[in-house]
Amino acid sequence: MKRQKGVYRKLFTSTLKLSAGTFGGGFVIVPLMREKFVNDLRWIDEQEMLDLVAIAESSPGAIAVNASILVGYHVAGCLGALVAVLGTVLPPLIIISVLSGFYGAVRGNAIVNTAMTCMLAGVAAVICDTVLTMGAGVLRQRRLLYPAVMVLSFIAVRFLGVNIVAVILACAAVGAADTVLRKHGGQFHRKAVKRP
Amino acid sequence: MIYGQLLWSFFQIGLFSIGGGYAAMPLIQHQVMDVHPWLTMTQFADIMTIAEMTPGPIAINAATFVGIRVAGIPGAVVATAGCVLPSCCIVMALAYVYYRFRGLDTVKGVLAALRPAVVAMIASAGLSLLIMAFYGQRTLPADLGGINWLSAALFGSSLFVLRRFRAKPIYVMLGAGALGTLASLII
Repeated sequence: MKRQKGVYRKLFTSTLKLSAGTFGGGFVIVPLMREKFVNDLRWIDEQEMLDLVAIAESSPGAIAVNASILVGYHVAGCLGALVAVLGTVLPPLIIISVLSGFYGAVRGNAIVNTAMTCMLAGVAAVICDTVLTMGAGVLRQRRLLYPAVMVLSFIAVRFLGVNIVAVILACAAVGAADTVLRKHGGQFHRKAVKRP
Repeated sequence: MIYGQLLWSFFQIGLFSIGGGYAAMPLIQHQVMDVHPWLTMTQFADIMTIAEMTPGPIAINAATFVGIRVAGIPGAVVATAGCVLPSCCIVMALAYVYYRFRGLDTVKGVLAALRPAVVAMIASAGLSLLIMAFYGQRTLPADLGGINWLSAALFGSSLFVLRRFRAKPIYVMLGAGALGTLASLII
């Protein structure tokens, strides 16, 4: 019971910090989650994290909130998911509540704008670092299918403007077809060996 | 009943925005400007700017902002709750399904093909951010010379520190903001 409580507290403080650090859009949660939940706490592994991001992206709602729910559920069930949501929504709730009184002063402020632009450069570097590490992991896989999926998905999302959910569904279909083909391939192979 | 309206409006926004923050923008606009007279066009543009400048999902930021204008702090809490309610139900169900069935061969095959796609999407989002940081706009301009050299230098050194010393992402992000502001004040 005591350990359980410790988990909830850890979950709450972790998601609180992660949410307070997600400048520049939902995907920034990925490097931060990787740092916290994969490297630090070892609650999930890297492959699992990519699965969770895929689910978070293709579900309704904000990616950061969905990803927190998934991690929270994995670590401590439904109550864990609720604790994680609370940790994720509190920082924006508090910050916007405080800012809403004098947002005019912040919006036009030159120093704030400069700080944001510079921070964006840091955020871009953080995402770039993650992509380099994960992309290298994909390229190291022996099967050509996975690098091909990565490159084609990038082209579809970036240059053809295909909807993210459509890309995820297409890749899921490719994965399913691949599994079926390999299974049958294996059966044919076994029969062929047995025959003589 | 204003709380009921806030809850229902942001419940719909949470339910129908799939695929990240920018997908949610038109939905938010429709709910808070067309369906209800909660924000003016200027206020809507303001909240979108603030949402980009502060941490957290755009939809949550908008929910808080609108809620507080319309019905104070309780309004902000109700609107935010409405916004995350669909996620809670749907994603929790998916989490159950994922952890129950991820051992199956077909599910394994599907997930293995999804992972490279997710890396590609993160790469695309990162590239958009990079263009935003270098040129201050979402798409690559025709004239590539108008680059913000301070941002480029910050990006390069941030990436170096991350790759070489495995620095923590949050420190790199805050460090880039602080260093860049300091540098621009001196220059």
